[in-house]
Amino acid sequence: MINPDFGLLFWTLVSFSIVVFILGKFAWKPIMKSLKDREYEIENAIQSAKQAKVEMEQLQASNEKILLEAKSEREQLMKEAREVKETIIKDAKSQAAVEADKMMKAAKESIETEKAAAISDIKKQVTELSILIAEKILVKELGNQEDQKKYIDSLLKDINAN
Amino acid sequence: MIATAIKAVKQTFLIVSLILLSWSQSMAAGGHSDEGFQPGAFIMDHIADSYEWHITTIGEKHVSIPLPVILYSEEKGFDVFLSSKFHHGHDAYKGYEIAHEGDLKGKIVYQNDGGEWVRPWDISITKNVTALLISMLILLWVFISVANAYKRRPGQAPTGLQNMLEPLILFIRDDVAKSSIGEKKYERFMPYLLTIFFVIFLNNLMGLIPFFPGGANVTGNIAVTLIFALITFVITSLNGNRNYWGHIFWPPVPHALKPLMIPIEIIGVFIKPFVLMVRLFANITAGHIIMLGFFSLIFIFGAMSPAAGYGVSVVTILFTVFMSFLELLVAFIQAYVFTFLSALYIGMAVEEAHH
Repeated sequence: MINPDFGLLFWTLVSFSIVVFILGKFAWKPIMKSLKDREYEIENAIQSAKQAKVEMEQLQASNEKILLEAKSEREQLMKEAREVKETIIKDAKSQAAVEADKMMKAAKESIETEKAAAISDIKKQVTELSILIAEKILVKELGNQEDQKKYIDSLLKDINAN
Repeated sequence: MIATAIKAVKQTFLIVSLILLSWSQSMAAGGHSDEGFQPGAFIMDHIADSYEWHITTIGEKHVSIPLPVILYSEEKGFDVFLSSKFHHGHDAYKGYEIAHEGDLKGKIVYQNDGGEWVRPWDISITKNVTALLISMLILLWVFISVANAYKRRPGQAPTGLQNMLEPLILFIRDDVAKSSIGEKKYERFMPYLLTIFFVIFLNNLMGLIPFFPGGANVTGNIAVTLIFALITFVITSLNGNRNYWGHIFWPPVPHALKPLMIPIEIIGVFIKPFVLMVRLFANITAGHIIMLGFFSLIFIFGAMSPAAGYGVSVVTILFTVFMSFLELLVAFIQAYVFTFLSALYIGMAVEEAHH
């Protein structure tokens, strides 16, 4: 039992050597390579996944930043617009007031002028009328006192009517 | 859930029992002789190599596969013939016969000119050689198809056979080679380590199957383990660097201790592979002997009375089922230990100085 048999020694050595050679060339080499490649690929995939995650986070952060910026910009714009609106309204109002003042002033002036013109016209007419009355009084020689008085009354009445 | 588990256990038990029964049956022929059943002869007969592969015995008729006998001697030259010419060891052929007693019992011998019985150079394809070759063919077929699976589906998850063997391959690579030899140098030794692991593992397992093509005691044969250990020794020695040999021939111990340490270190170089050889041989052979011992009980008690034989067979089957499971574990552990220690020795040989 403990004497190694030559035949078995020989065949073990021969068959084992052949098997090591064939398996080494056609099995272990491709298997080892595939395993290594796959491990490398997995490692790579994990790495790129991690990187993608980081990039995603960065992207999200920048998105948020952009959103925030957009929001503040919009607010700014709105604020500006509101301001512009208010200034425009204010300007319009003040301009309108100025215009109105101007018009009022012009109207007043023209009323004044008209009034002055009318007054002077009245004065002129009164003068003319006085002259006319005086002329008529002078022209008509009054017969009596009664007639005189009557005449003056009618004249006055006439003036009043005018 | 529990019901299915129990059912599975029952089925396993039944199958294992049947296998073991067939084993005990196929062995029954071995130990019988005129003096009755002899357990010692029965056991030795079954763990030893033989020139034919005995399948079973039906009545008085032996059913066995004849194997080629290849002999060479200076006196008789080359001879190649089938072992069936010996008629199960009863007849002589061309002056050769199978020795029935003495140191050469069970081997082919011939009478030389001086009248002595001597061994020719014998490279017969014996039972163990056949089993070894079958296991090698299985390995080639399995691993080349697995390699093709890797080539066919690069970078994808393994399936089927590939999936079954990948953990073992990774185990040998990561936990045996890388950890013992180191990340830098392990790759060169992977073909040897993987092959030796799977050869030993497969042959251990095949040794547990009681019928053809299993049942041969290949890894429990010292010639086989000697070659495996020798290859480890050769690889270790060829790859030994300055640091390794320096530790052996000029160990870093005080000068007074050197005369003691140098011989110890030199003997250690040879003891390492020797231990590898003996460990595997002894473990596997011991497993076979225990199993055969249990079966012998059936025949010992059966010789007293048939009822006792049947009664003991129940106990025997229970014990052998238990032993079979244990031997499954041993089959793996011994393959692992052999590979691991080989890797460790290689690792020591290629280790760089670190002081």
